[in-house]
Amino acid sequence: MLAIPALATAAVLVLAGCGSRAGDTAEADAGTAAAGSCIDTSGDTIKLGFLNSLTGGMAISEQTVSNVLHMAADEINADGGILGKQIEYIQEDGATDWPTFAEKTEKLLTQDCVAAIFGGWTSSSRKAVKPVVEENNGLFFYPVQYEGLESSPNIYYTGATTNQQIIPAMDYLAAQGVKTLFLAGSDYVFPRTANAIIKLYAAELGIEIVGEEYVPLDKDDWTTQVSKIVAADPDFVFNTINGSSNVGFIKAYYDAGLTPETTPIISVSIAEEEAPAMGHEVTGNYASWNYFQSLETPNNPGFIERWQAYPDSSGVTSDPMEAAYISLYLYKALAEAAGSFEVDDINAAAAEGGITVDAPEGVVTLDGENHHISKPGNIGRINADNQFDIVWSSDGFIEPDPYLEGYDWFPADVRDALVAAAG
Amino acid sequence: MDALISPLLNGTALGALLLLAALGLTLTFGQMGVINMAHGEFIMAGAFIAYLTQTVVASSNVSILLALPLAFIGAGLLGLLLEIGIIQWMYRRPLDTLLVTVGVALILQQVALQIFPAQGVPVEAPDWLSGQIDVFGYAWPLRQVFTIVLAALCLVSLAVWLKYSSFGRRIRATVQNRDLAETSGIRTRNIDRITFFVGSGLAGVAGVAASLIGGTNSQMGTQYIIPAFLVVVAGGVGQIKGTVLAAWALGIALSFFAEWTTGSMAQVLAFVLLVVFLQFRPQGLFTVRTRGLT
Repeated sequence: MLAIPALATAAVLVLAGCGSRAGDTAEADAGTAAAGSCIDTSGDTIKLGFLNSLTGGMAISEQTVSNVLHMAADEINADGGILGKQIEYIQEDGATDWPTFAEKTEKLLTQDCVAAIFGGWTSSSRKAVKPVVEENNGLFFYPVQYEGLESSPNIYYTGATTNQQIIPAMDYLAAQGVKTLFLAGSDYVFPRTANAIIKLYAAELGIEIVGEEYVPLDKDDWTTQVSKIVAADPDFVFNTINGSSNVGFIKAYYDAGLTPETTPIISVSIAEEEAPAMGHEVTGNYASWNYFQSLETPNNPGFIERWQAYPDSSGVTSDPMEAAYISLYLYKALAEAAGSFEVDDINAAAAEGGITVDAPEGVVTLDGENHHISKPGNIGRINADNQFDIVWSSDGFIEPDPYLEGYDWFPADVRDALVAAAG
Repeated sequence: MDALISPLLNGTALGALLLLAALGLTLTFGQMGVINMAHGEFIMAGAFIAYLTQTVVASSNVSILLALPLAFIGAGLLGLLLEIGIIQWMYRRPLDTLLVTVGVALILQQVALQIFPAQGVPVEAPDWLSGQIDVFGYAWPLRQVFTIVLAALCLVSLAVWLKYSSFGRRIRATVQNRDLAETSGIRTRNIDRITFFVGSGLAGVAGVAASLIGGTNSQMGTQYIIPAFLVVVAGGVGQIKGTVLAAWALGIALSFFAEWTTGSMAQVLAFVLLVVFLQFRPQGLFTVRTRGLT
């Protein structure tokens, strides 16, 4: 066992001086070969991989992430590139198929020799990419809020982990004097894990869970479940439904005569992009995110304006696309701090700390240990224009805590069980 | 009481939606033997037509009623195009139609994704459908009543058309014995086209109903295609009364299982039940009595 840390240390030491940095010595070449890195830094461009589902069911959501990555790349290139090199991106289609994500990751890393990969949406896609980037010592930047309980030296997470979205939402509900809560979610890893955390925190806050319902991700019919909500008559509904199923849920909720006045919903996956497809029936309900288009920060107006002028724009900005936008700038900041495109240099720069991005949601700081970023918690209420009126904001930025180690009510055995279950 | 009433009514409405989705298949699959996997995308086309009608006729009170015939014609024309362009070369090769129409389904999904906003479009329910009626203390959403009425109307029209109209007689004659029908002077090619038009058109009507229940987006068709085929098979291929019974039974089963367990469990239990049923009765609830030689 001794050999492995020794080798790793040697690799880090050697790699620290490898690649493109000016003034490198001869030992650098040896290091590059040993690590198997094939990132080509000889020309005046740097290759990056963009990987999202452009076809299949998830194209609905991932197309926007893909488009905003292109916009960020164009912006960075116009501004002089990264370390003086223009970004040359290679776009791959994950096709809503998780083995394809793994396959394309392998291709991007070993054949195209990209310096980093950006994209993904579902946790399944991230979990397909994870072993491949770890094995090949590549980099993957993941832009969507997720269920937490993960960190990898080869992945950077620019979306919220649970303590930056779920926990602020629960804090808001507690502050509103909510006593009973109904949980409605799609049936997959994110809602199941989120609800496990919600139930523990609800017990801590003295909120009673009066029902918990799951419907498969690809099913729109929520009528029976909504009947159960009517019968349970909760103070609030916590909605972890994802995708088109949300539309069916909101319609069934509205048809059953439920309103935001009597039984408001707080969602973690309805944003500016999703709300229009639900029409007026969703108006008045709540969502918990870090970024909203309505956020008043110095950088937000410019971001919205550039996005709306962009040819492939969807017209509105939203949390996942803003997180994707951050991911490319985070990579730029890391590469510039490291003065290199090599993975180990970048991770070393991250570990040193102090990496920030002046993002539309505010100045976010990278946590060098867990590779997540600090974020502001915001609760918005959907208005008639499908924009969000911000009704609550966290007290400053929330530091990422993917394993919820700073929360006494989250027992270690539950954490271990959830991590094991999530694979 | 409510624990029985609400799943019974919800299940009946769900069954009605499944019936609408499956009714067209009783023609194209049941009568013509074509496994049209793009049927779900014809449902999608109907839903998008409901949306487009709404953008032209702003009042949702009127537009939804206009959308019904328009969706029937629109989806029917898509079906006709598919029949003339592809299916007509593939009669008596059901497995080939399956593969080809899966491809057509993917193409139609991508076309919808290119034309409409990726997240989907809103179809507003008319005012006269927002609200509930009281049934033994259960506030039954009017929209569910609408789905049932619509399914019943389509069913009766189709049954009457098949049984009493001259087109219907010719369709049945063609199905029962194509050669004999031809020698009797029936132009079976025309019959094929009309059958396919009507079967696909019914999918369009189902799409209007679906647009009031779930999301209207490029992927919406995929969730209906498998249950619709199962309903047709379980009912007995080509048997409308069997399809009605199977759709209703599946809707009821899904709703009661969802009431007692969870939505995901309900899907599993209902389909296990269906598979077990087909094990013991692979020909479905009812069978066609045919004098054909095939």
